[in-house]
Amino acid sequence: MPDESWVGRSLDPSDPYQVSRVKIREFATAIGEDSRICHDVGAARAAGHPDVVAPPTFAATITMPLIESFLRDPAFGWDYSRMVHGDQSIALQRPIRAGDELVTVIHVDDLSTRAGSHMLTLRCELTDADGAAVASTKAMLVTQAAS
Amino acid sequence: MSELTTVAEGDELPPLTVQVTRADLVRYAGASGDFNPIHWNDRTAGAVGLPGVIAHGMLTMALAGRFVTGWVGDPAALRSYGVRFTRPVVVPDDDEGATLELSGKVKALTETDGVRIAKIDIVAKFDGRTVLGRAQAEIALPG
Repeated sequence: MPDESWVGRSLDPSDPYQVSRVKIREFATAIGEDSRICHDVGAARAAGHPDVVAPPTFAATITMPLIESFLRDPAFGWDYSRMVHGDQSIALQRPIRAGDELVTVIHVDDLSTRAGSHMLTLRCELTDADGAAVASTKAMLVTQAAS
Repeated sequence: MSELTTVAEGDELPPLTVQVTRADLVRYAGASGDFNPIHWNDRTAGAVGLPGVIAHGMLTMALAGRFVTGWVGDPAALRSYGVRFTRPVVVPDDDEGATLELSGKVKALTETDGVRIAKIDIVAKFDGRTVLGRAQAEIALPG
């Protein structure tokens, strides 16, 4: 049984994630995104960006390992092995770009049990090195309740 | 992109068909760091009751996002985006892989601080059935 006392709480801020050109290009290639602003620094600058730009869902890629390490912590009581991704949303204040150092804070927004499943909503707030909000992601995760 | 200056509510986006192969899943696993074996190992997928290896939900979401940003021609223009994962995309171990059919429609047009924002309803289909629910994106239109 997941620990419901977590609802409404947030985790300590993550270590900064350094966004690299190489990782952005690798991610863009993996989703078939061939826009030059994701691959070429000159093209990104010509379009008004300081460096290459990450495709929008890259934000969730930054947060997933942080979510995983929280959910694998036995203290929370979550069955990670049977977890399913229910829904996902992303809001961007600006595009993520190479050179960003992003700190994530995970907020436990909701936890409920219905029809034999635990449903957990985690919200991640990503801020840059100046403390400005960059992105907000929300994931609803489902796992089977122990029978 | 001149047609974007005359975008109206109800307009359909040009549809996009994407083939997703096992190689694409391996590449996405590496790029995203999601190495869950249900996305590359038939034995694991079968053991948890899936009909076969399935695509990462986040890959399907990313491809549907690319469909919308490709329409505008700018991956930096997306403001918000949300989906529900309603059905898995099963990716067979062959050369064609799975076929994902993407279509979308302009649900609403608004203006914020002088920027035109299009709200897009997205439909993603695999095997004739939708795999994303409530898929909606808000994207800034140029000019």
